[in-house]
Amino acid sequence: MTQKPLLEVRDLVKTYFMDGVSVRALRKLNIRFYEGEFTSIMGSSGSGKSTLMHILGCLDRPTTGQYLIEGEDVSGFSRDELAVIRNRKIGFVFQGFNLLSRTSALENVELPMVYAGIDADERRTRAMQALEAVGLKGREHHHPNQLSGGQQQRVAIARALVNNPSVILADEPTGNLDSYSSVEVMDIFQGLNSRGISIVLITHEPDISLYSRRVVRLSDGVIVDDYQVQKRLIAAEEIRKLPRRDSLEEQ
Amino acid sequence: MSLFEIIKLALISLGRNKLRSFLTALGIIIGVTSVVAMVGLGQGAYNSVQENIAKMGTNLIMVLPGAASKRGFHGPRGSATTLTPEDSQAIERECPSVGLITPIVRSGGQAVFGNKNWQTNVMGCNDHYLQIASREVDRGRFFTAAEARSGQKVCIIGMTVVENLFGNLNPIGQTIRFKKLPLTVIGVLKERGETSMGADQDDQILVPFEAIQRRILGATHAHMFNVSARTPELVETAKGEITQVLRHRHRVKEGDEDFHIRTQEDIAEMAGSTLAIIGMLLGSIASVSLLVGGIGIMNIMLVSVTERTREIGIRMAIGAKTSDILYQFLIEAVTLSCIGGSIGILGGIGLSKIISYFISFSPEVSMPAIVVSFIFSGGVGIFFGLYPAWKASQLDPIEAFRFE
Ligand SMILES: Nc1ncnc2c1ncn2[C@@H]1O[C@H](COP(=O)(O)OP(=O)(O)OP(=O)(O)O)[C@@H](O)[C@H]1O
Ligand SMILES: [Mg+2]
Repeated sequence: MTQKPLLEVRDLVKTYFMDGVSVRALRKLNIRFYEGEFTSIMGSSGSGKSTLMHILGCLDRPTTGQYLIEGEDVSGFSRDELAVIRNRKIGFVFQGFNLLSRTSALENVELPMVYAGIDADERRTRAMQALEAVGLKGREHHHPNQLSGGQQQRVAIARALVNNPSVILADEPTGNLDSYSSVEVMDIFQGLNSRGISIVLITHEPDISLYSRRVVRLSDGVIVDDYQVQKRLIAAEEIRKLPRRDSLEEQ
Repeated sequence: MSLFEIIKLALISLGRNKLRSFLTALGIIIGVTSVVAMVGLGQGAYNSVQENIAKMGTNLIMVLPGAASKRGFHGPRGSATTLTPEDSQAIERECPSVGLITPIVRSGGQAVFGNKNWQTNVMGCNDHYLQIASREVDRGRFFTAAEARSGQKVCIIGMTVVENLFGNLNPIGQTIRFKKLPLTVIGVLKERGETSMGADQDDQILVPFEAIQRRILGATHAHMFNVSARTPELVETAKGEITQVLRHRHRVKEGDEDFHIRTQEDIAEMAGSTLAIIGMLLGSIASVSLLVGGIGIMNIMLVSVTERTREIGIRMAIGAKTSDILYQFLIEAVTLSCIGGSIGILGGIGLSKIISYFISFSPEVSMPAIVVSFIFSGGVGIFFGLYPAWKASQLDPIEAFRFE
């Protein structure tokens, strides 16, 4: 490929030291992610998926090796420089949603813009738009404990995309969701991806990986497989095949 | 994030644990309340003493028998008999800076009128006393120089004496007895109230020095002289002149004096410094509780940081910088202590009001005291909030994230 990679890791090693024992979570891993890609990262438990995502998300630093975002090496960045990168270029979605409790959906979505120094009026408009984009219009003032798991995850996605990041990193976003909500989330991701937003998604479920375009398989901290999805599923079509849910929350 | 937004955020999270926030602030509230009340009390006492001293007249000089002692105003009264009326006349003659002078003797005892009697004080003085002590006659008149010189048996009485001996009767022209000596009332002193020490300045009978000195006390000395300098600026000069005259007359060398001289400024200074020490003592005892309040804030902030580790992790993942987290927690601590401080200031003002019902002077809570208390409670919040806030800001995002 001649295109410049969006994210690139070179000879990435991450070793955890605990009680005198060292765990080599990633061993000389090399991978590139390009703009507009939708990649699933798969692998057995303990293979290093989350470790890789933490480094890609600038939440953690490599032990050795390089990490480049849009060609810029961020391995040596300070805490605060990394915070700015997380704020502007990366959107996170987690298995456990990680919303601020006792804080409305709207305020949760506004949070990344608060730290970006965007003024209150603009924050409000953009957060409203983001919530509408994930199908939560009318739920702006609900608190996380008043929302279903699927809805909470959609709030988290709205929060992840509200600062127009270069990439959304999702660590098992459907892990806590039923199959219907899972497909709904994948529908949102596919929608975002079709608008050019890059997505890196960690998942255990082969079904879920079929909604992405590329699959990377990790084992013991190295990449053992990397291929394009042949028969890609379209979430919007799959939803129609699933039995319609009769829950009250859609009102 | 603007300061306004951080404060709003702090208020929201403090509001989530209202009881806890209140109990934490209570330490500061109690601390500030006691500091404000104590300082107000000290200031009030100081003001009232200074006011009373100022009432004595700014150019007042007192000449007392006995050597000056550092510890008090003077030794046991009457113990030294070195000051004579002749000394007083010599001072009047020879000291150009001295305006007026009166020798003074005092005696306590029963005053009798009809079937009523009253335990009071008699003061012997000359006709200048009224002016030197800056007092005024309410009804009647003061005795004249001639009456003073010839030792006429006349008297001017204070309001308390009037009330207790005469009730509603007009005392002018009546005759009272003090230690068997009949005294004709020719005037009533204008009311002045109590001194800050609680002495009733209206419970007094003024009599010509000559009338009381020999006849009642059988003495030839004076208990003290009250002198006024010609002008307030001449007080120190007059003090020097009096010292010279008395040294000469008593044949004593410097350092051996059998008398001492206090100006109004000396007295004000002594009273002032004593009260300042008492005030500072009260204030510092009270600030210990403020310190305890600060430790309470630190304790709760540490608990809060641990409880909210996950929140901190989320905020960091989303892009909060070290300083964002630091300020968030620091301002929470400062907001808490400033709210406590504000309530404490109101409490202190209230407490001073309550105290003022029980004491003779009114505590003064001054604006600087309020401002200093407020800044101080803010400072306590910063000091004790800094460590927990710093701890929060240094959390590792992933560790904070994983925290359950
Ligand atoms: N903070 C840590 N301290 C020590 N070891 C760690 C730490 N985090 C991860 N590890 C170890 O690193 C290895 C990779 O962990 P990682 O969380 O990346 O796995 P994973 O692929 O995400 O697994 P799962 O699918 O179960 O989430 C594991 O052996 C794990 O025990
Ligand atoms: Mg994992």
